[in-house]
Amino acid sequence: MSTDTLTPQQIVRRKAAGEPLHPDEPESTRRHVITVLLENSVGALNRVTNLFSARSFNLESVSVGETDDATISRMTLVTRGNHRMLAQVVRQLNRLVDTILVEDLPPEESVERELCLLKVPYTSANRAELMDVAEVFRAKVVDITPDTMTFEATGPAKKINAFIGLMRPHGIAEVARSGRVALRRTLAYGD
Amino acid sequence: MSTATGMKAVPAFQKNGKAKKKMSGAEIFVRALDAEGVEVVFGHPGGAVIKIYDEIARVQPKFTHVLVRHEQGGTHAAEGYAKATGGVGTVLVTSGPGATNCVTGIADAFMDSVPIVVFTGQVPTALIGNDAFQETDIIGVTRSITKHSFQVRRVEDLAPTIKAAYHIARTGRPGPVLVDLPKDILFAEAEFNYPKEVSLRGYTVPTTGDPAKVERAVRMINEAKKPLLYVGGGVINADAAEQLTAFARKTHIPVTTTLHGLGAFPEDDPLSLGMLGMHGTWYANQAVQHCDLILAAGARFDDRVTGKLNAWAPHAQVVHIEIDHSCVSKNVYADCAIVGDVRCVLEQLLPLVEEQETADWLAQIDRWKAECPLRFETADGLLRPQFVIQRLGAKTNGEAVVLTDVGQHQMWAAQYFRFTRPRSHITSGGLGTMGFCLPAAVGAAMGMRGSDLPVISISGDGGFVMNAQELGVAAKHRLPIKVAVMNNNFLGMVRQWQELFHENRFSHTDLTDTNPDFVKLAEAFHCVGLRTNDPNEVDALLEEAWRVTDRPVLMEFQVPQEEMVFPMVPAGAATGDMITQRY
Repeated sequence: MSTDTLTPQQIVRRKAAGEPLHPDEPESTRRHVITVLLENSVGALNRVTNLFSARSFNLESVSVGETDDATISRMTLVTRGNHRMLAQVVRQLNRLVDTILVEDLPPEESVERELCLLKVPYTSANRAELMDVAEVFRAKVVDITPDTMTFEATGPAKKINAFIGLMRPHGIAEVARSGRVALRRTLAYGD
Repeated sequence: MSTATGMKAVPAFQKNGKAKKKMSGAEIFVRALDAEGVEVVFGHPGGAVIKIYDEIARVQPKFTHVLVRHEQGGTHAAEGYAKATGGVGTVLVTSGPGATNCVTGIADAFMDSVPIVVFTGQVPTALIGNDAFQETDIIGVTRSITKHSFQVRRVEDLAPTIKAAYHIARTGRPGPVLVDLPKDILFAEAEFNYPKEVSLRGYTVPTTGDPAKVERAVRMINEAKKPLLYVGGGVINADAAEQLTAFARKTHIPVTTTLHGLGAFPEDDPLSLGMLGMHGTWYANQAVQHCDLILAAGARFDDRVTGKLNAWAPHAQVVHIEIDHSCVSKNVYADCAIVGDVRCVLEQLLPLVEEQETADWLAQIDRWKAECPLRFETADGLLRPQFVIQRLGAKTNGEAVVLTDVGQHQMWAAQYFRFTRPRSHITSGGLGTMGFCLPAAVGAAMGMRGSDLPVISISGDGGFVMNAQELGVAAKHRLPIKVAVMNNNFLGMVRQWQELFHENRFSHTDLTDTNPDFVKLAEAFHCVGLRTNDPNEVDALLEEAWRVTDRPVLMEFQVPQEEMVFPMVPAGAATGDMITQRY
């Protein structure tokens, strides 16, 4: 179907959904960080994650932890989709009785961090180079043995990706990533 | 479901009442249902809930307990009760298989926004997770088909949980709520205090719509030349049929309803287009494809309504009045979405809208109505199911509660029975559950005791057998349900698709050899059984059936196998491409 056979209203609908007007056009999908405050009760976490599989929503990363209020947890979800799907994710999350607040965080108005633990074998030949890379990324050594080192790095997902990428040639033994956590920025001084 | 779960907890009720009156969780449960105003409980006992059944015998609560013969029947009965009365249906079953047998009914209630609360027994807290006898993680099993669910972990939480469950089931977009009751909680003791209020910080009930959106909708209505009201079951759930009818008549905007919207607007009104969608009227679907404004009220743009989504209503702007925000722009983008209670929003709109100049548009619709009305073959003297539906309509003058199952008869009932009042049509729409109708009719009839409206259950032979055991329940409670079975000895709707789209390969749809003798079946369950295959006998048969007032009457109508439901939008086709008759 090409644009000339679409009615004006069909074009409006497609644009609103973020769907392509031509079949050969790629879908305009975006990655979104969604933060959810939810009841810290049995099954609440399950209800949220279950929603993603039941409704076939994309879920790239999920992290959850208590907040300062022990009865409330905060989940940070990273998902990808077009406008229509992202609106659905937020509304379906809101529909759950256990969710107290659901926010779609625009990247420019939020801070996000991820923690990564990375274990890498070393010899005297590459030890200095590993330490140099770690220093650039402000990663710390949190465990060391005569032949392996474990680094801790935090930062935005891109920085973690780069850190892992630079470590890869040295033969990574194990990696654990926390998934992203995010909070909205408070703009105390305006734009 | 036998009673065998080992209960080690010392029954706390043995230490006689000191200081403040404490009672067992089971008694709290029974008293809480009375406090909630529950009238009927559809249930089946078993080991995990035996203590509740004991308290029902001892306390003699105000509610009536209806012993169903299968837990699936119990859930459908609760649905039928809820849809007929506007109240919340209640189900009580035991753990394990008792709970899993409810899954289909819960899914059905979830799809069709029916408020029911299902109480399931559970093994004692200490045994949960140990694969104990009759243990099922029913909370996990039903997670994606419940509006919410609870497992009561402390007896003190029992009464507040019951209060919250009914609140959640009833308010907002209604739906099923499951409450899992571990056996030890029912034996443990606490004081009984039924809360008056519920406060759930994650749950708010929408009421009025955003006034700015309401004004925008009014402007869109004023600008439209060819507006169309597309009305769903949400209008009936919100008790907004009166407001909707006033709105349509004030603005002269024609109305088409979904399957669940039937009865929200009187079908004998000239503005009515009947049902839209796959088996809707041709003229309703024509109106959809040509209108320039869709006013959707309490409807969710289901695929059986829209057919091929991208081709649906290609010229229409959409105003969507909807209580569930997640339904907005889910399938069809809403140019103006008013999230709120449909009744509240219609009350906001009513004083603001003006009379619209729709005469040309209505004249066009009348031409479509004349061009392709609903029709069926009458000349060959065979008994057509459509004719039976028409005679049922004539017999009752539309004043009845009509329940249907799933399949061809369901579509014929939707097409040929003129529904004129809300809650007069109850069916399984979203999930399409065969076997829904008879138990739902039992529930509706329990809710309609004391009313003059007859309860009519219309099934096909395939679906009827799926929950036929509930006939005995109807007989036991002396419910004068009129049970019509349209018997073509086939799974008719599947047969229709096999004939139209699968080159007449009638794979496993012929029921001739496995169907019972329906009259004998009725009699075996202490009901009256009647049958005919002659259109000339239908009225006399109905007369005879209507004379029976103390038990159900099963009326078997033997109808031709080859009959098909038309018009039809083939699956995945555009709404504009309807098959209007057999080719």
